[in-house]
Amino acid sequence: MTEKLVIIGNGMAPGRMLEHLFEKAPGTYQVTIFNAEPRVNYDRIMLSPVLSGEKDYEEIIIHGDGWYIKHGITLYKGHKIVEIDRTRKTVTSDHGVTESYDRLVIATGSVPFIIPVPGKDLRGVITYRDLDDVQAMLLAAQSREKAVVIGGGLLGLEAAAGLASRGMDVTVLHVMPTLMERQLDPAAGYLLQKAVEERGIKVICKANTKAIVGDGKVEGIELDDGRIIPATLVVMAVGIRPSVGLAKDAGLAINRGIVVDHGMQTSDGSIMALGECAEVDGQVYGLVAPLYEMARVAASHLSGDRSASFVHSDTPTKLKVTGIELFSLGDFTDGDDREEIVLRDASAGIYKRLVLKENRIIGTVLYGETSDGAWFNDLKKKATDISEMRETLIFGQAYQGGSPLDPMAAVAALPDDAEICGCNGVCKGKITSTITAKGLTSLDEVRAHTKASASCGSCTGLVEQLMTLTLGDTYSPAAVQPMCGCTELGHDDVRRLIKAKGLKAIPAVMQELEWKTSCGCAKCRPALNYYLVCDWPDEYADDYQSRFINERVHANIQKDGTYSVVPRMWGGVTNANELRTIADVVDKFEIPLVKVTGGQRIDLLGIEKEDLPAVWADLGQAGFVSGQAYAKGLRTVKTCVGSNWCRFGTQDSTGLGIRIEKFMWGSWTPAKLKLAVSGCPRNCAEATCKDIGVICVDSGFEIHFAGAAGLDIKGTEVLGLVRTEDEALEHIVALTQMYREQARYLERIYKWAKRIGLDEIRRQIMDDADKRKAYYASFVFSQKFAQVDPWSERVSGKDKHEFKPMATVGFSQAAE
Amino acid sequence: MDMNWHQIGRIEDIPLRGARCVSTPQGKIGVFRTAENEVFAIEDHCPHKGGPLTQGIVHGKAVTCPLHNWVISLETGKALGADAGVVKTIPIRNENGVLSIALESLLMAAE
Ligand SMILES: Cc1cc2nc3c(=O)[nH]c(=O)nc-3n(C[C@H](O)[C@H](O)[C@H](O)COP(=O)(O)OP(=O)(O)OC[C@H]3O[C@@H](n4cnc5c(N)ncnc54)[C@H](O)[C@@H]3O)c2cc1C
Ligand code: SF4
Ligand code: SF4
Ligand code: FES
Repeated sequence: MTEKLVIIGNGMAPGRMLEHLFEKAPGTYQVTIFNAEPRVNYDRIMLSPVLSGEKDYEEIIIHGDGWYIKHGITLYKGHKIVEIDRTRKTVTSDHGVTESYDRLVIATGSVPFIIPVPGKDLRGVITYRDLDDVQAMLLAAQSREKAVVIGGGLLGLEAAAGLASRGMDVTVLHVMPTLMERQLDPAAGYLLQKAVEERGIKVICKANTKAIVGDGKVEGIELDDGRIIPATLVVMAVGIRPSVGLAKDAGLAINRGIVVDHGMQTSDGSIMALGECAEVDGQVYGLVAPLYEMARVAASHLSGDRSASFVHSDTPTKLKVTGIELFSLGDFTDGDDREEIVLRDASAGIYKRLVLKENRIIGTVLYGETSDGAWFNDLKKKATDISEMRETLIFGQAYQGGSPLDPMAAVAALPDDAEICGCNGVCKGKITSTITAKGLTSLDEVRAHTKASASCGSCTGLVEQLMTLTLGDTYSPAAVQPMCGCTELGHDDVRRLIKAKGLKAIPAVMQELEWKTSCGCAKCRPALNYYLVCDWPDEYADDYQSRFINERVHANIQKDGTYSVVPRMWGGVTNANELRTIADVVDKFEIPLVKVTGGQRIDLLGIEKEDLPAVWADLGQAGFVSGQAYAKGLRTVKTCVGSNWCRFGTQDSTGLGIRIEKFMWGSWTPAKLKLAVSGCPRNCAEATCKDIGVICVDSGFEIHFAGAAGLDIKGTEVLGLVRTEDEALEHIVALTQMYREQARYLERIYKWAKRIGLDEIRRQIMDDADKRKAYYASFVFSQKFAQVDPWSERVSGKDKHEFKPMATVGFSQAAE
Repeated sequence: MDMNWHQIGRIEDIPLRGARCVSTPQGKIGVFRTAENEVFAIEDHCPHKGGPLTQGIVHGKAVTCPLHNWVISLETGKALGADAGVVKTIPIRNENGVLSIALESLLMAAE
């Protein structure tokens, strides 16, 4: 019989425990979870990138709603458990739901510590623990006013950096003489302070908060020495306390945390505890690696294997602020029995310190350059005697054994049991063997199968190097493939940084991201121009000089330097007046070739550049606008005649196609975007090899995407079925917007979809209505600026210089 | 050979990081203006398959041909990178924003 397992708290620790449990002993338990936070399990570590804008909340979800459904879990979102009744074996939530359990797991995490000063309850004083806090900070940041962060530790600095990148004027107050003193020695703390200050953040050390002042809401902070620091937002990040109140009321053994044995068992045989709220051997933890170890142990015990036992290990600390590299591990206080090795490079801002005891590393601080962290960690863990390499140890692994090695060789030289991912405790051998055994080829797959780099992401580089080592040339790491010779950054990094840093012009991107050339090249400039058009539709001024000629003159260049012109025919439908106009234009300008295209349009080829505005003027008289047959943008929506004419038609496919085209024309996309709508599964409009296609059926509209019929041939994938035309439009538009925001320039939708994963796309577009509506709204917003007919603009004089020679000189007087 | 200077217009007639073409008896000549406000003139005829270089993207002191992406140096007229080929450069001068190019007088006489 299945037993009832109830879990209090839905954080990262119990989430991981359930993953192990379902793998080891599926179906053993009927699981119910109560979570005070009104949401699923997400990667709390990644809140800082959400705050700074480098990631969206959707990207940090660990278990989406579908996961809970799949495993038959009842998740009570926004239910806080207020009572555990151990005699009746029930728990009761603040909304009055009572649930009985056979086994109970307490995973209530921590609560942020609030310093007990006057004014701590004023409006505008918040902590930094969950998504609600991030949202409160984002809201406050819109004012661009002053913020104070109390606490110069990991959380406080990440909050400060995030708020600063959102445009706030931030001051960090830290009670100790140097920042992050628990993880860094004073020298590294000093370098860190400099780097933080370079980001425009003020740092005041030895600052004792006396009171938070304000009338109803925060107006400032008063320090011991009488100084007042004005602020409209105060973030308290001074530490956390295990959340034990509930367990204490229930009469469980409590110390700092809920006391558990090495099998995560509390003083009550039916109740376990894990995560930040649990205390083992007098230790409580605040980083995920040991919590994941607890999760492994707890899952074993729940599945009936009582042999598993918790082992303590040191976890390195890293700061997740883009551009600041620091690594700290173990014990680095001075002592008579200790020696140290220090390396400084002031100009490069590098500081490295190893603390040795009896020729073994016991502590490491790296600042500015942290790539040897994994190696030092390994030496420390294995207590390797380093006397042999003492002279060169500090220079890192690459210098051992004579000449410097490249970083790849350094990774190759790591032993199989060297830990690569600290958060998830994944070693090198596990990663390489899984890659080979499961035939993995992408970073996402490696993350899915091994969890390496799936939590805080700071070991991504190492994991990619391992992939390159294991797969050889067949793996080209996305992050390492630069956009072009002008930068080391890949497309994804550039897109992320454009948003995170609020870069709104090509020179700003090149300056901030340290382009190696003065004004880019023909590869990066069009890509940057697209990214900026897409991300800042209202603010960015399109840079025509960074567009390919076709998009600059709104026609297609041909091999002889003449152009072809394709007027838009909505849904491929035309009429006598339009055809007559085209015929007249062909005669008047002696256009050599008229041809019907694969997208149901008419192509006029061989037009001299100088004639283009006049051709467009005539076409415009009949109501034609540009067909954008040259654009990395919406090209054509091909249709069949559907239920209006065809005896098999199930819906008005022509009407829907025209509606979509009228809604979406003018939009720029990463690569060309071609659509089609077929009125029944006979599919006369060939919708199943398009970027996006619709197959109409009796019950509605089946939306397809990610087809290809060019260099590659590929049938589409099904996105999903919707009932109405309105829904079809909303889904198609949302999908297009998601693609616009995420894909790399020139990456067709099928390549992007393969990279992102079809399930992820379905999840965001089909399952997550809020997300879909948000994409839809962004598209609609950007269309306000995009839907301008470029032909009529040019007929009325825009960019005149494009269509006329600058001068005609040198011909003899008479001839002129 | 004798050179004849001809005024072709002002520097502002060319967009920054852009180009215009000038019709001459020698054929079309491309006049380029870089981000740094330097001007160059070369034949508007790619050494690869004759693509109109004035229609390309201008970056640094080079232009990328719109047809098959050869990169041509505006200073020397040579194809950069792995490609080999050269277009003729034309003398150009900039006097207080007024641009002139030099054409070969022989050809003019023949016209
Ligand atoms: C901004 C930030 C950055 C971080 N960065 C890192 C990092 O870089 N590396 C690292 O290793 N760690 C980092 N951490 C720490 C890490 O996120 C935590 O250690 C980890 O998430 C704790 O997991 P947990 O499951 O124990 O508790 P939590 O994830 O805190 O989950 C506890 C959940 O229980 C709920 N709950 C509490 N009481 C009740 C109740 N009575 N009834 C129902 N539900 C309840 C809470 O609402 C909460 O959702 C960071 C934390 C934060 C906040
Ligand atoms: S796809 Fe179906 S509805 Fe459309 S023309 Fe073909 S048979 Fe008719
Ligand atoms: S198939 Fe090839 S040759 Fe034909 S139009 Fe397309 S690119 Fe040109
Ligand atoms: S014609 Fe210039 S690159 Fe081919």
